[in-house]
Amino acid sequence: MSFVDLLWKVFATGLVATVISLMLRLIENLLGSTALTRNVVYQDLVYLINLGLMVSFLIMTFTVWKRLILYQKSKWLLRIWAVFEAGLLLSLAYNSFKLPLIDWIFGTLLTIFIILGLILSGNLKWVAYLNFRQKWTSLLLLLLTIFYLLYIVYTNSSISEVIASASKNFTDYRIHIFILSLIVFVTVYSIFSFLVILFNLPTTSVFEQKLEEVVNFQRISQSIQTEQSEESVYNILLETSVSTVFADAGWLEITGDKPNVFAYRISDKEAHDIVNHLNAHHVRGVLDQGTDKTKNLSKHLASLKGSRYRSILAFPVYVKGANIGTLALLKELPDGFTKEMTKIVSTFANQAGISIENFRLMEEALQNERYKEELKIAKTVQKSLLPQVLEKDSDFEISAFSESADEVGGDYYDTLRINDHLVCLIIADVSGKGTTAAFHMSQMKGIFHSLAQRDIQPDEFMMQANQALIYCLERGSFISATFFMINTKERKIKYARAGHCPVLYYCSNKKSLEYFKDKGVALGMVRNKSYQNFIQTNEFDYKNGDVMVLYTDGITEAKDARNEEFGYERLSEVISEVTQTTPKEMQDHLIRRLYEFSGTENINDDYTTMIVKFK
Amino acid sequence: MISIKRLQEDGIDFIMVIGEIDASSSIELDLTIAKSVGEGYSKILIDCSALEYISSAGLGVFMSYIEECKDRNIQMVLFGMSDKVANTFSILGLNELLRIAKDKVQAKQMVNGL
Repeated sequence: MSFVDLLWKVFATGLVATVISLMLRLIENLLGSTALTRNVVYQDLVYLINLGLMVSFLIMTFTVWKRLILYQKSKWLLRIWAVFEAGLLLSLAYNSFKLPLIDWIFGTLLTIFIILGLILSGNLKWVAYLNFRQKWTSLLLLLLTIFYLLYIVYTNSSISEVIASASKNFTDYRIHIFILSLIVFVTVYSIFSFLVILFNLPTTSVFEQKLEEVVNFQRISQSIQTEQSEESVYNILLETSVSTVFADAGWLEITGDKPNVFAYRISDKEAHDIVNHLNAHHVRGVLDQGTDKTKNLSKHLASLKGSRYRSILAFPVYVKGANIGTLALLKELPDGFTKEMTKIVSTFANQAGISIENFRLMEEALQNERYKEELKIAKTVQKSLLPQVLEKDSDFEISAFSESADEVGGDYYDTLRINDHLVCLIIADVSGKGTTAAFHMSQMKGIFHSLAQRDIQPDEFMMQANQALIYCLERGSFISATFFMINTKERKIKYARAGHCPVLYYCSNKKSLEYFKDKGVALGMVRNKSYQNFIQTNEFDYKNGDVMVLYTDGITEAKDARNEEFGYERLSEVISEVTQTTPKEMQDHLIRRLYEFSGTENINDDYTTMIVKFK
Repeated sequence: MISIKRLQEDGIDFIMVIGEIDASSSIELDLTIAKSVGEGYSKILIDCSALEYISSAGLGVFMSYIEECKDRNIQMVLFGMSDKVANTFSILGLNELLRIAKDKVQAKQMVNGL
């Protein structure tokens, strides 16, 4: 229930009581000076009705005043109120039992109650929450309430005096501390409220303005959650600033990537004139955004002819410490902006900056999320390009492993059987990382599967692959690869190495590990037919127990905490420890040692190996 | 991290590459060589004696200038590589495509056609 409604309730009760009391008076007047009106019993009846009306009105008012006083309660206020209420009840009991009346107790109690009532009457905080219109209504209601109170008290007093003079046994209500205290308290609080509201009237507009500022401030802060674009934040900033300081016009100029001017009741030309005028007079510090100080530039506008504005106030808007624009407010009055206005608009500008910053951060986060999702897809695609099952043969066994870093890499290996005694292998590494690397890797897979089918010599394979890749690889990109053809009938291997890491070979006869030394330029480096001069086919025989270790540079270039590389020597050492085991065990051993060496699970390049053991 | 310095001597543009060339720093190397080529130098010597590591992206930069140097008759020679860096070049076969000298003296002789 609003404060005005509460006052209405009091007023209505007062009105009813007064009307009934007046009707009784009217009946008495109509009857005139008859025996009935002079009868003490009749007079007493009228008196009792009036007394009842008064007490109900008082109690009604008392309960409403209680609500108003306790509107913003503190612990102390509640205690005082409890004492006051309990005291009043006790005094009611005291009078009801017809205990002998002692003057000094009566006086003291009454004084205490009046003092308590006065203290409590100081609680008028609710008045501040009334707006201008409500204040006027309240004033009227209170004035009438006071009038009713006075009238009823007067009526009761006059009747009781008449009866007292006629009958000796009459007990005047005025010996009741309860009623007296109520009358005093209710009247005093009514008068206080009336006066406070009256004197608050002139400052109401200020209070309302402050409230509006708070609401505006909230609007700017919340705009980030509700608004869909930076533009609406700018619009709200301009709107609220203009309305808060009662500016006649204003504009918000946004610089940066998307320059924009939001104008309020001012044409672009006028705004430009003012900017040019200030620039021409070398007024630095506000519109040129050279400093973060906000200045009142009123005096500089005085010299601008043809403009109706005499005051200007300008603020920079900052996002992440960078100036993104200027907010300018104009007034036709000279010296139209006060210090408070400067402060509040500066707060608005700051808050708008924060909102924009949040907005941009959110956009960025979304964008990042999208990139991550794309990268995830690329990684899945890349994984799916690697073979699920490797070729098997009674002559050899193959095991392969590939683990890519967070970024998508471009390592590729594959096997393909041409006929019952010919199997092709490939291992390749695409330069660069990310989606393009995965893309080139898929091209390499296509090339491998189409060219290897044709049963061509390895150098021919590389030449054709190079020719195909020239048109796909961008400047500076290349693919290193080694292509093998295993002939199980002749127990021979032919291979061509195009810039890929040299093959590590274990010869079971000599019990030695060595890197093959041969020549070959990576694919995509020579972009014409002369590539055939840079690639060669090599051939060797394999024997039972021989091992061929293929890998990518991610393994040899893996680094430990001291920035030392895993290197070729360490690779050969690690393999030499497990030459008699199965390819899978060799591979597991190598990977375990590699992780031990780097000391972290977070690899920064792709680790790929393919180990072939011959039987 | 990388630091690239340029120095002109007897009509030869010396480019000193110090540190490691990875994917991000290779852009800087690319820009430097492009600038040198753009300024019209026909003799470019690249000092790799302080080059500690080069990634495939960095190798790609050198590779991408091979054709251009041939077309515009620019002599580009790399010199002073450590064994490790030289190995990286030779695995990819770039040693066959690029002109690589042992030291500055040899490099100068190569560009001067001696």
